[in-house]
Order: sequence, then C-alpha cells, then structure tokens
Amino acid sequence: MYIIQQLINVLQLGSVYALIALGYTMVYGIIRLINFAHGDLFMVGAFISFIVATYLKLPFIPTLLISMTAVAMLGVNIERLAYRPLRQAPRMSAVITALGVGLFLENLILVFYPYPQSVPILLPTIVWNLGGISISFLQVLIIGLSLFLMLILDLIVRHTMVGMAMRAISSNKTIVPLMGVSVDKIISITFALGTGLAAVAGVMYSQAFPVIDPYIGILIGWQAFICAVVGGIGNIRGAMLGGFILAAVQIMVVAFLPSTYRDFVTFTLLLVILSFRPYGILGKPSMEKV
Amino acid sequence: MKITKVKTEEKSNARGVAWYLRDRWEAIANNRLMLPILLMVGFVLSFAIPQFNLVNPYVQIIIMYIGINIILTTSLNIVNGYMGEFSIGHAGFMAVGAYVSSLLTLYVFPRSLVFLFFPLGIIAGGVVAALVSLIVAIPSFKTRGDYLAIITLAFLFIVKSVLENISAIGGPRGIVGIDKLTTMPWVFFFTVLSLWVIRNFIHSNYGRGVLSIREDEVASRLMSVNTRQVKFLAFAVSSFFAGVAGALFAHLLQFISPRVFDVLKSTDILIMVYLGGIGSIAGSILGATIYTVLLEVLRPLGMFRMVLMPLLLVFLMLYRPRGIMGLRELRWFVPIQDLKFVKRWRRKKVSTDGNSAS
Amino acid sequence: MRKTLVISLVAMLTIMSMVLVGCKSSAGLTIPIGVNAELTGDIPAVGASCKNAALMAVKEINDAGGLDIGGKKYTINLIIEDDGGKADQSVSVTQKLISQDSVVAVIGPNASRYALPAAAIAESSKVLMISPWSTNAQLTIDPKTRQPMKYVFRACFTDSFQGQVVAKFAMNTLGAKKAAVLYDVASDYNKGIADVFKATFESLGGQVVGFETYTTGDKDFSGQLTKIKQSNPNVIFLPNYYNEVPLQIQQAHRLGITVPFLGSDSWGSQELIKLGGKEVEGDYFSTHYAPDIATPVAKKFVAAYTTAYGSVPDDVAALTYDSFGLLFEALKTAGKVDRQAVRDAMAGIAHYEGVTGNLQFKEGSGDPIKSAVILQIKNGKFVYFATANP
Repeated sequence: MYIIQQLINVLQLGSVYALIALGYTMVYGIIRLINFAHGDLFMVGAFISFIVATYLKLPFIPTLLISMTAVAMLGVNIERLAYRPLRQAPRMSAVITALGVGLFLENLILVFYPYPQSVPILLPTIVWNLGGISISFLQVLIIGLSLFLMLILDLIVRHTMVGMAMRAISSNKTIVPLMGVSVDKIISITFALGTGLAAVAGVMYSQAFPVIDPYIGILIGWQAFICAVVGGIGNIRGAMLGGFILAAVQIMVVAFLPSTYRDFVTFTLLLVILSFRPYGILGKPSMEKV
Repeated sequence: MKITKVKTEEKSNARGVAWYLRDRWEAIANNRLMLPILLMVGFVLSFAIPQFNLVNPYVQIIIMYIGINIILTTSLNIVNGYMGEFSIGHAGFMAVGAYVSSLLTLYVFPRSLVFLFFPLGIIAGGVVAALVSLIVAIPSFKTRGDYLAIITLAFLFIVKSVLENISAIGGPRGIVGIDKLTTMPWVFFFTVLSLWVIRNFIHSNYGRGVLSIREDEVASRLMSVNTRQVKFLAFAVSSFFAGVAGALFAHLLQFISPRVFDVLKSTDILIMVYLGGIGSIAGSILGATIYTVLLEVLRPLGMFRMVLMPLLLVFLMLYRPRGIMGLRELRWFVPIQDLKFVKRWRRKKVSTDGNSAS
Repeated sequence: MRKTLVISLVAMLTIMSMVLVGCKSSAGLTIPIGVNAELTGDIPAVGASCKNAALMAVKEINDAGGLDIGGKKYTINLIIEDDGGKADQSVSVTQKLISQDSVVAVIGPNASRYALPAAAIAESSKVLMISPWSTNAQLTIDPKTRQPMKYVFRACFTDSFQGQVVAKFAMNTLGAKKAAVLYDVASDYNKGIADVFKATFESLGGQVVGFETYTTGDKDFSGQLTKIKQSNPNVIFLPNYYNEVPLQIQQAHRLGITVPFLGSDSWGSQELIKLGGKEVEGDYFSTHYAPDIATPVAKKFVAAYTTAYGSVPDDVAALTYDSFGLLFEALKTAGKVDRQAVRDAMAGIAHYEGVTGNLQFKEGSGDPIKSAVILQIKNGKFVYFATANP
C-alpha cells in the first residue's frame, strides 16, 4: 500500500520533470545549447497562469492556452534576440547568455512579486480513496496530460515534415539549408514547442503546489537538466525516462532512508549511471571527426 | 637584471597628442620592469592601507573580495577557458578549502599562534581541495562537454549535502566564530602567488597540453600529449586555488555554512570568467574586478540592480562572445620567447602575404 | 559603434549611481540609520516587509517633525541596502553602512544566516546592531569568549525558547504522546527549533516518532508525509516558513492525515492564511503577538501598515517596527547622537511597549525578555489561544 502510494507520487513528480526535461532536450538536440533560462520560462508560465486566473478570472483551459502561447512567444523572441546572434560563437557564450536571461527573468518578476503568491485553484479537488491509497483528480490530470503531450510531441517529431526537419538539423546542420529548409524557422518552431511544454508544466505545477515565487524555476531547471542528460540529451524518449527515474530516486530514497540523505544518494546514483553510460541511458555517442 | 626591450614597430612620426600618448603607452607596456614595480607598489599599499586607513574599511573589504574573486576566476579559467571544459562545481572546491582551513585554525592549531599557522591552514585547504578534485577529474577522462557539466554539478550538490549532514562540523548551521585572519597583505600575497603559478602553468608544457585538449582532444592524444596527466594537473591546480580562495573567504567572513557555496556562487564565478574573457589571465583579473565593483556601485538602483546586471551580461555576450579579453593576453604576462615568436611569425606572415599579393 | 554604446551605457550608469549616492538632502540635523535587508535573493518577502516597516517607522517620526534628542529635533535619514541573500554581501553592506554612511546603528539583517556574519562586523566596529527577526541563539553570543556580545541585540525571542514553548504546549495542552516533525534540513532556523522541540518533548516523556527533512525550495513532501503517516503521530510539528507550510498541510490532508499541526513564528504572516485557506484551519503556532488582543499600540500599527501597503503586516514587519521603536527610545534616552551612548541606552531599556509585546533588556544580554503567545487559526483568522512566559 505504502509503496503504491509512493509510486503514484513518483508518477506525478516524474511527469512534471519529464515535461520540462523535454523542452531542454529538444532545444539541445537542435542547436546544442543548454538553455538555462528554461527553468525560468517554466516559472514565467506559472506566473502568467496566476495573473490570468487572478485578474481575468478565466477557467482552466483558457488559462492554460494563454500561458502556453505567451511563453512560447517569449521563448521564440529570446531565441531570436539572444541566441541566434551567437550561433557562430563558442557554445559557452550562448550558455552564459542563457544564464543571464534566466537571472534577468527571475529578478524582473521579483521586482513585482517579492511575496509568494497563491494561485487560484482552477480544477476540482476530488480525491479518490481506493483501499487506503489516495489519488487526486489533479494527479491523474497531470500524469494524463503529460503523457498525452509527450505522445503528440513524439508524433510530431517522427511523422511530420517539421519533425523531420528538426531531426535533420540535429544530425547535420550545414546540409539542411541546401535542401531548401529554413533553419531559422525550424529552430523557432522547436523553441515554441519546447517552451510551450515548459509553460504547461508551470501551470500544472502551480495547480499542484499553489504557492509560487520567482525562484521555483531554478531548482527544477537544474533537476530537469539532469533528467535530460541521464536519459540521453537530445533524445526525447530519454528525457521522459530521465524524468521518471529522477523522481523515483528522490521519492524512494525518502521513503526508505532518512530523508536527509536524499540529495546525496540522488547525485551519487547519477554519477554511477553516468559512469556506466557516459552518454545517458538512451544516448548515442556522437561521432567526433578528427 | 636584464631589461629586455622588445622593439615596437615604428609609429609614423608622432602626429599629434594621440600618437604621442600611444607611443608613451607602448614604451611602458613594453618595459618588462613594469610588472615587478607594480607588484612592489601593491605590496607596500597592502600594508599601508589597513594600517593608516587610507580608504575606509568598506572599501578595504571590497578590495579583499576583489582579490579573492581574482583567485577564483583565474583558477576556473584554467578548466573552463584554457581547457574548454564546462565545470560548474567550483564552489564545491571553495567549500572544501573553507571548511578544512577553518577547522584547522579553530581546533587543530595552537590558539595563541594561530596567525602564524594561518598560511599553513590555507595551503592545507588548497591541498585537500586538489585531492577532492580527483573525484571530478576521473569521470572527465570519459566524458566531455555537457556531461562533464552534470558531473561537476552533481559533485557540488554532493559536497553541499555531505556538509549539511555532518553535525560535527555544524551541519546546516555552519561554523561560527572563525578568526578574522585574512588581511590585505595575505590576500595580496595569495592573489599574486596564484596568478604567478597559474601563468607559469599555462605557459609550460602542461599548459600547452591544456590548450591542445581544448582545440582537439583526439588529435592531441595522437601527438603524444598525455591527456590524462594534463587533465589531472589542470583540475588539481584549479581546485587548489579554489580551496585557497575559500580559506581566505572563510577567515574574512568569520562564518561559513553549506548554503554559501551553492550553485549561485558557482554561477557568479562562471559569469566573472566569461565577462573578463576566457583563456586570459588579464581577462580574469578584469572580469573579477568589474563584476565585484559593479555590484557595489550599482547599489543605488535598489532592486533594479539585479535586473540590470544580467541584462548587461547578455549584451556583453552578444557583442563580445569570448569576453572582454577573450583569448588575448596582456603583454606582461606572456613570456618573452612567446612574444618574440609571435613577432617573428607576424613579420613572416606579412612578408609572405606581400609576396603572394605581388 | 556598438562597443562605444555599451561602454557609454555602463559609464552613464556608474556616474548616475555615484551622483545618487552623493545626493543627500541635508536640511537641518539628521541622523543616519542603516537597514540591511534581504531585498533580493532567497527571501525577498522578508526583505520587503522589513523595508516597508522601516519606511513607515521613519516616516512617522519625520512627519511629526523629527526625533527629539537632547532638546534638538533630528530628522532620520534612512539608508536601506540590499544584501542580495548572500553572506559576503551582508558583511560588505554592514561595513558600508558603518564606515561609508556613518550610521549610528544598523537594523537587520533578518535571517540568522545573514545576521551572524553581520554581527561580527558590528561587534568589532562597536556599532549597535538590532536584528528584528533572527532567532538563532548564537547571534548575541561571542563565539570566541562565549560571553554575550555588547553591540548586537534582537527584537525577538530565541529558538531555544520557542522550541520549548511548542513542546510544552503539545504535551500539556494538547495531550500528545507521540509527535512527528517535518523540517528544512538546509536552514538553521528550522533545524534549530526542530532539535529543541525534540529534546524538550522527549524530556517531558513524549516520543518523537517521525523526524523527517526536506531541502529549501522543495515543493513535494509526499514521500516524507507518507512516511510520517505510517508512524501514527498525535500531532505534527512544522517549524517552516509560511510559503511552505500550506503546501505541506495540503499534501498531508490529501494523503489522509487528520491530526493537528503545530508551528513556530515563521507561520506568523497573513500570507499563511491566504495561501493555506481552509487547510490550515484549527492549527496552532507560537509567535510574538496576537492581533486580536492587540494593544492600542499594535492596533494603530496594523491599521497604519494596512493603509500604507494594502496588506496586513507580518511578524517581520512588526518586529522591524519595534526595532526602530527601541532605537528611537534609546536615542532619546542617550540624549546625544553617539554610537556608544545609544548602545548603552539600548542595553538598559527596562520596559518598552511594542507592537510585539513588552520588551525588557538587561545589561549583559542582547536578548529581550518577552513572552510568546500561542495562536490558533480559527475562521480564517489568527486567534489568541494562550501565553507562554519565560
């Protein structure tokens, strides 16, 4: 019973991690950039849903859609202004820029909302009790919505022209323009998709944990980054896998060991996994041309 | 002492004040004696300033912070700038150095002679940090780039978690009541020492190995560079000085806790490295100074200070992606043979270009 | 062209800020007082409350014509600095206020982890420092000599006192035999009170069946709470901040936990009720003052703050306001604007009626002698339940 309850917790937390890790991995796969501002875009998504729900008093679905669109637009613009000019520059410069953008977003929201805000609950709080295990409607929705979105993303990447272009760019960027595909446009679409997913994660997260502040993005951002790497960065299925693995480790450690050991065990396990599979569980070593 | 003057190209017959000033600047810049002179002046000042309160204690603290940041930035530059890796774990090495040296001065060294044993404590902190860096160096043999970033991040979290869980050294409460042993002369001494060692390391054979790893690791292995040894050394030197900086930091703040050495601290150091310029010692000095000073100077902006700083950083990255002094070095830091070689190479290039053009 | 643009931008900002620094309106006699607040960093809410209360306290005095010291009227020049949530900045800020701005006293920082390093600077510079909110017992003790510090004071009670208060309340009033605790292992405030609670509860004959931890920033406590549920406690102690507690209680309820929850003064903000809603109904916590049996002083403060800032003041605001009140009292008693005189006057304050209760200081300790109150959350309000005297 206890284990099953914890497993449900794992599924919920893992879904949130997976959604954010997906965004990381998509962007990385296509332009080899670790977008450290991703966690903060997640936070912006949560705040936008807070603002819309509190001041415009809209129900759940419009809030979700508005948040997704707004963050997607923000993501595309950040890419155009901050990352595109640095495509020819050393990779680390883009990473530092991403860090800067993230810090900027955090502190900007901080100026307006130094106090934690409570997000209006837009979903019915139904809790089902099946033989000692409690599952809430919200948990089911999070897990269901995440899986649904992951499936759609997988479909897009594998069965559409846009997806094919994305895969092409991530395997060989120079050839693709010669095929008549606009690299800039595809990258923008990737960013829009990735950041839109982060926004969904933000909205769901703020419904599940209705107290938000400008710093929720940082920790989750790093954790999602780890999920993406463990699963094999650049690999969409790997990101999903990584999300659930990290959630499982975190919750199971707390379940069976003194909870103070949680971070220590999580990261040691991570190091162990990476030492056996240096490119992530589903990752493929990239060919280095000498 | 032999004064070596590297000949400058002839500037056209000094046209106006600008050319004259440029001439004078070239003369100073080429005079290899300038650096030792500056060092002596600095040494004297580092004693005079606290003694006679030439500047108020607030500015003194800022100067000491600048010194510590310079050590941190230059040491991280070895791994991130010269070797081209991406290490986010620097604050972890700093933490190790801080804790080790604090525990030594508080519990091990005889209380009355603590100020004599202080440098020993600092070195010990650095040594332990260097040993701990093996944990990060070994995985770096197999992995590169972003995977190494994760490993260094994991290392940082592990260090923080371990420190939080050992109540004997304070746990999350940290260590209180560390003696204020860091003084400006010590900061100056260790800053100069670290710059000197790192500069020599970079311009030695190992340093060339480090640079070659950045350019192309496989090729350098084929050229018989012992990449394992070089990586070990690079990480060891880098974390040694991070530990030293941590020790100085702890004895200035008089209080340390695991929370002080978190990802945000690592990020700060990372920003300083890229601000000043990767692969450049002068860049590290510049980056550390500008960042520390700017943070203080922009205080009147209140909360907008932290909104403006990242924005400035982003702008800087857009216009100078390698940092202010990216990959370029101040003449005083480069050994004479290198300068002469570059001069000769340039002259040769010009003449061959001239030949091919005609 | 772009390079010059960037350089000129930076230069302009530098000059602007230097001008702003130099620009101080000095008409008549002024006293500079410094505030070291956590405006950015990990606890901006605390810094914001502190800043608001400070501005209000100073405005009240200045609007009334200034502070009367030794027959002359002085306007207060308030200098608020941000320590950015970093210990090293806390040190440099305190030093700046002392050496560059020549303040007569420093109020803040609030969180113990920033107050501890700042205290070392204040003590060695011989400048009065009052921390409104730091409850770590080590703050006012000199770690070298183990003697109380001379220049560091606080306006609140200490962790050790609070932990005992809650433990006794749980055992004696609620009749609990088994208790569980969930606290933030990375924060010394939470851990400190948790440890004292455990020690006191066990010494009174109780059993602490669950002692779980999480790290600052965590939002998901389902693992730890499920484990606590297994151990079947009579009461659960959550000595955590008001933005974390609603989540913890909410998740506990979702898991089917029905026992009452106990808290400490970190619950003491209206935000808790705003964020927790019905979930926190019926729970108890210890804090500095009770808004409903509030004294006229407290009522006036709450009304003024609400009018000025649109929200009910939290405990940080109330304690900051009291810190300023104490400082003004000390200045008046001292009769002159002198750092040593102010400090001596502060140490001898025998009776001060503040927003957070009656404070009394005795020479030889920077900790005030004051009582704690136990509040219960009833009908969405903080309601007085009991007093705990030292």
